[in-house]
Amino acid sequence: MSALYVQRMALGQASRRLAGKPLSTLLSAIVIAIALTLPALGYVLIDNLAGLARGVSGQPEISLFLKLDATPEQTRALEAQLRADSRIAALRFVPRDAALKQLAQRGGFAEVTGLLTDNPLPDAFVIEPRSENPEAFEALRRDYAAAPQIAHLQLDSGWVERLHALIDLGRSAMLLLGGIFAAALVIVTFNTIRLQILTQRHEIAVLLLLGATRDFVRRPFLYFGALQGLLGGLLAWGSVAALLRLVAPRLEGLAQRYSIVLDIGGPHLPEVLVLLVTATVLGWLGAALSVRRHLHDGPAD
Amino acid sequence: MIRFDAVTKRYPGGQEALSGVTTEIRHGELLVLAGHSGAGKSTLLKLIAGLETPSSGSVSVNGQDIGRLKATQLPYLRRSLGLVMQEHRLLLDRSVFDNVMLPLLVTGERPQDASKRVRAALERVGMLEHERAMPVTLSGGEQQRAAIARAIVNRPSILIADEPTAHLDPAYAREIAALFRDFHAAGVTLILATHDDTLFSPYGARRIELARGKLLS
Ligand SMILES: Nc1ncnc2c1ncn2[C@@H]1O[C@H](COP(=O)(O)OP(=O)(O)O)[C@@H](O)[C@H]1O
Ligand SMILES: [Mg+2]
Repeated sequence: MSALYVQRMALGQASRRLAGKPLSTLLSAIVIAIALTLPALGYVLIDNLAGLARGVSGQPEISLFLKLDATPEQTRALEAQLRADSRIAALRFVPRDAALKQLAQRGGFAEVTGLLTDNPLPDAFVIEPRSENPEAFEALRRDYAAAPQIAHLQLDSGWVERLHALIDLGRSAMLLLGGIFAAALVIVTFNTIRLQILTQRHEIAVLLLLGATRDFVRRPFLYFGALQGLLGGLLAWGSVAALLRLVAPRLEGLAQRYSIVLDIGGPHLPEVLVLLVTATVLGWLGAALSVRRHLHDGPAD
Repeated sequence: MIRFDAVTKRYPGGQEALSGVTTEIRHGELLVLAGHSGAGKSTLLKLIAGLETPSSGSVSVNGQDIGRLKATQLPYLRRSLGLVMQEHRLLLDRSVFDNVMLPLLVTGERPQDASKRVRAALERVGMLEHERAMPVTLSGGEQQRAAIARAIVNRPSILIADEPTAHLDPAYAREIAALFRDFHAAGVTLILATHDDTLFSPYGARRIELARGKLLS
């Protein structure tokens, strides 16, 4: 007898047990699927949002407005300092005249700028930091806010930061939710296997009497738990995909109103694999815990 | 060879089921264990199979002290024994054939070889024609013969049966007794607990008797 043959036999036995009670198998799979769907769906949505945040903050900028009385030397010195700063990916100088022209071209501002006798706008540098993380942004802001030539410094990272914080919060929430539902999955399997061991008490006793090892008796239960988890995972995959299809157009429409191009995709293959493997492993774990707790050594009935 | 050395068995919360039993069962012997109900016969048989452990003293089978066997070794001891115990009847959810197949599944026998051996065992107990039958459709005697087929399918050198003729009509009981005589003639060590020891006396069985856990001489 090969080890593989023994495993195949146990797997076959577990599948027959699943197929033998289609209704209870389906119900357990649905319970597991419900437990998995919510965190999986949340994860996929947050993932999409995170992708969006990455795309938008791809060119985050800091505007450095110079003092109106800054001398050209001071301006050049600052430019040299900015160019030497390795944290800065790109640098653009916006002279005050160009800024005024730009403003004039914007709808509604032409009349206003026409009224001005003096250009109130300062020269400005617009820099793109190399890193988009909020701490790096903050460090740059601190460093240049202190420079003597600079009157005012404006970050456009405020909302990016908030979005990142929101996404982080969402991720933690999904992780927590995932943890709770993972426990639920383990408990559901634990109980299914407990009942099975109870109903197969006599069969187990006979097998042990006939010289079955503990592993031999254990194995079909473990496969059963794993298969049931996998089945629940497959159902969860289906419902996540269906729900996404349902909510994606609405979210995309909503985003469009704010001129954000949102293209919700997924779940993608790696995510699906993680879902299925997690469900299988948790099912196996629930079964293993249950067998450990409920399968006694002796064949005594 | 099976040795009992000053074996005492006390169940949790109970009195002594066996007290200070010392005896020896030789290879190829036909031993009848007699005694009233509650005398300790089943307990003695369970100790041989490692289904119970002695409270004191030791039981050894072929030189192996059962009490010292690890939990992982016990299954291999049981495979070398053929056991017909009262609590471990046929599984009702499968055919006679599948019941007799069980010991071979446990040892991981290849299906082709296993089928042959199952049929040979059923043939041996005269149950081949009932191989597809479900246990509930069989008479008590037929069920007992199927249980015996399950015990011998692994060709054990020691066969242990606990009251194999209990609840059987006398005619069926005699058939079963004759079956055991044949096994004995084939060289199998046989240990039978029964309160109807007249059944086996024609076959030259050695008889020992238990009374309240003590061996009578
Ligand atoms: N599992 C058990 N727990 C407690 N007491 C038991 C158990 N099995 C047997 N006994 C007691 O041990 C004594 C011997 O029982 P047993 O070996 O079954 O006798 P026999 O087979 O000769 O009828 C009886 O008094 C019985 O009640
Ligand atoms: Mg008894």
